[in-house]
Amino acid sequence: MIKVIVGNHAVSYGVMLSRAQVIAAYPITPQTSIVEELSEFCADGHLNAKFIKVESEHSAMACCIGASAAGARAFTATSSQGLALMHEMLHWASGARLPIVIANVNRALAPPWNIWNDQTDSLSQRDTGWLQFYCESNQEVLDTVIQAFKISEEVLLPTMLVMDAFFLSHTAEAVEIPETEDVDRYLPGYKPRYKLDVKNPHSFGSLATPDYYQGFREKIQEAMKRAKEVAIKADEDFNNIFNRRYGIIEEYQCEEAELVLVTSGTVTSTSRTVIDRLRKEGRKVGMLKIRMFRPFPFEEVTGALKDVEKVAVVDRGISFGHGGIFAQEIKSALYSQSSKPFIFSYITGLGGMDVTPQVITNIICDALERNTPPEESIWIRGKL
Amino acid sequence: MSLVVSQEEYISPGHMACPGCGATLAMRYVLKGLGKETIIVLPASCWSVIDGVFPYSSVKVPLFHTAFETAASVASGIKAALEVQGDTETTVLAFAGDGATFDIGLQALSGAAERNEDFIYVCYDNEAYMNTGIQRSSATPYGAWTTTTPVRHPKDRPKKRILEIIAAHEIPYAATASIGYPDDLIAKVTKAKGISGTRFIHVFSPCPTGWKSEASLSIKIARLAVHTKVFPLYEVENGFTFHINMEPKNLPVEEYLKLQERFAHLAEQEIAFIQKNVDEEWEHLLKRALY
Ligand code: SF4
Repeated sequence: MIKVIVGNHAVSYGVMLSRAQVIAAYPITPQTSIVEELSEFCADGHLNAKFIKVESEHSAMACCIGASAAGARAFTATSSQGLALMHEMLHWASGARLPIVIANVNRALAPPWNIWNDQTDSLSQRDTGWLQFYCESNQEVLDTVIQAFKISEEVLLPTMLVMDAFFLSHTAEAVEIPETEDVDRYLPGYKPRYKLDVKNPHSFGSLATPDYYQGFREKIQEAMKRAKEVAIKADEDFNNIFNRRYGIIEEYQCEEAELVLVTSGTVTSTSRTVIDRLRKEGRKVGMLKIRMFRPFPFEEVTGALKDVEKVAVVDRGISFGHGGIFAQEIKSALYSQSSKPFIFSYITGLGGMDVTPQVITNIICDALERNTPPEESIWIRGKL
Repeated sequence: MSLVVSQEEYISPGHMACPGCGATLAMRYVLKGLGKETIIVLPASCWSVIDGVFPYSSVKVPLFHTAFETAASVASGIKAALEVQGDTETTVLAFAGDGATFDIGLQALSGAAERNEDFIYVCYDNEAYMNTGIQRSSATPYGAWTTTTPVRHPKDRPKKRILEIIAAHEIPYAATASIGYPDDLIAKVTKAKGISGTRFIHVFSPCPTGWKSEASLSIKIARLAVHTKVFPLYEVENGFTFHINMEPKNLPVEEYLKLQERFAHLAEQEIAFIQKNVDEEWEHLLKRALY
């Protein structure tokens, strides 16, 4: 069935089809319509889940942690300040190896207040031990929710699905809603490997001495590494049933490219049209979409970029005192390669600033014109 | 009604508490009341250590360690998960210290109480942050020494009236209890177990380490707290119905204070001030119980 729905409702459909059992959430713009729709689904009996309307995002994540530890498939959604408030519990979820799924609608952090798109909220959670997927379209959003539960439950790590505020959350697109039976076949009911169980009592999360502690951290890193292979397989299996796949990265028009533009989220769609036009004009330019950001797909990214002359990275987030976050990650991934492309870092689109085809064209032209990249990120400015 | 106390022990010897620790007895009695079909949520507290170091645990029921301020929200999540899986038998117990309850976790507890989440919340109150080395909490009483309220500047505000704050959410059951009166404590836990919705039990738990008292005197101190009216034993049902469970012997408050070095610096007039406050609070409580 094809429906024209906004990105937020694409999340809600994904959660319903995944048969989440406990949902806990707190309202925050622009996330709210995800959980509004889910509360309708619960009230109408389309989804047999307990919906806990908590008093804060910190408690939303804590509720999901309790629910997941007690053996239920758990989901929450948030944005910006809400995700920042959850930060402590994000560590708790991954440390306790709980396969919770969260949808984060990328929104700028205050002050000044701004409800529009910005990726700094989720990127600043990159070290919390959560898998992260950046989505480009509403269809990808829905499909990624279902894949996320599958991957998380396999590797016992939580997953954060990330989508752009308003460009996706509030924009309607035609979305194919999968059939329930097909999703059940792809993602069977949750069978936890470990849970709080009075018939088999265990203590979870107790004090651990240094050797044990480091051992547990190593196991998280191993699970992260495994998550990449599991995600690739989950995407293939998804394709076999639903005839759609995304890859963990996507190379677009990269054959013999002199310059590759690195994108994530909705800027990818804008960039596709620019790349198409420039290719028609005979410019050898391509694009690399990063879908999976954690674990970082080193082999795939270096494979796609190592023989390119120039790489231009579009960042809609910043690590203050350093620069564009995707650019840093790309640089560090390529450092171990013998052939190192020049990496140009561009910061744009913060707080919802419009990233038009012209902006993308300017970035590509700028990188093509420069011989070597400056040390610091280049700002593509809006009004000041 | 005669109370049958289980002979079963749900915590093992060899736990890591200090000698004479009231918090350990609190857990022991609470679990005797609840039995083995219980899941514990434990935020940061002395009990995070008392439970033991991985891979050991001193309690014989499932236990989930969690962040300081999240006992009530994690308990809400566990209960929801049990319900969707069709388990209506297991009791969910949030077991938190005064810091986690009166201070950092109050928001989550208030949220859960307002939703009337179906779990039992026990606060074991040792009147300060003991696990981090005896810093004042909002449960620390007026006049007490702690490492952040030195004797030159002891606590200058009264203890937060937590039971009334929580009872004011109109939850079905809220009660005070004391490790000094295990029969009363276990009876209350048993009663709470038979009720659904949010149940809150505030357990007075002396801490010889933080109170600078003799380990052998913990029970005596706990009983004196009741009989000097410092910590009366009472229940509040549905937010309005107050019921006093034990008639205090009306002993002077000094009897209680003098067994603890944390009050050793108090001058006569300060003790008189404490006595006056205790008497007034008791009068207020009496009025509400008669109402
Ligand atoms: S510090 Fe106090 S509360 Fe903590 S274990 Fe020791 S006696 Fe018990």
